[in-house]
Amino acid sequence: MSFASTFLTLATNIALGVLSLSFLMVVWRVLRGPTLPDRVIALDALVVIAIGLIGTIGIKTGFTLYIDIALALGLVGFLATVAFARFTLSLEGKIQRQTDDREQQEQEEGHR
Amino acid sequence: MEAVSQILAAVLLLVGSLFTLTAALGLLRLPDVYARMHAASKAGTLGSCVILVALAVVEADLAVATRAFAAIMFFIITAPISAHLLARAALTAGYPLWEGSVCDETRNTAFQNDADATKNT
Repeated sequence: MSFASTFLTLATNIALGVLSLSFLMVVWRVLRGPTLPDRVIALDALVVIAIGLIGTIGIKTGFTLYIDIALALGLVGFLATVAFARFTLSLEGKIQRQTDDREQQEQEEGHR
Repeated sequence: MEAVSQILAAVLLLVGSLFTLTAALGLLRLPDVYARMHAASKAGTLGSCVILVALAVVEADLAVATRAFAAIMFFIITAPISAHLLARAALTAGYPLWEGSVCDETRNTAFQNDADATKNT
């Protein structure tokens, strides 16, 4: 076991730990919200971190087939984000109206 | 030669995972959706691309390197598109900016007029 392969194994394990930590942090953002685009961005980031995990596992196990899985997962993630963006676009104007109503209510309560 | 490529791959792995951790931290700590988009789309994409470069370096195979290059080009092209589309959709839908934002360049432009037009109808 040479120095280089020991260092690579150590780096792979560290990368797996760091990527798992960031995965958990992004999952917290998906659960927490608070708005729909926040969750969509966090899901997009989850796909990106999963691609990083797949690449790291590919280095660890030596299976190069994992890179095709990463490519396919990237395609699916892009399509999902675009579809969610179109869905967010269908809420056009509704969110603004809600916040305007809330500001008006606060102003009226302030006048009283 | 193999030792050099292994050390290079290990360094690339560490750099890529740290960039991904930066993206996750930004996603967790930044105040609103438009600021979070910076962290998620730029640092996250760079992190996973660097990890794919590490996979191509450690395998040292032309078929793997070509597929890794294709995947990296695909991610670099699609990440700004999806982030821009999502930011545009959030602005058009009217999600508010963080109250500490100093400049709203979309005020009195097409986005705001779209929202006003839908409000009046």
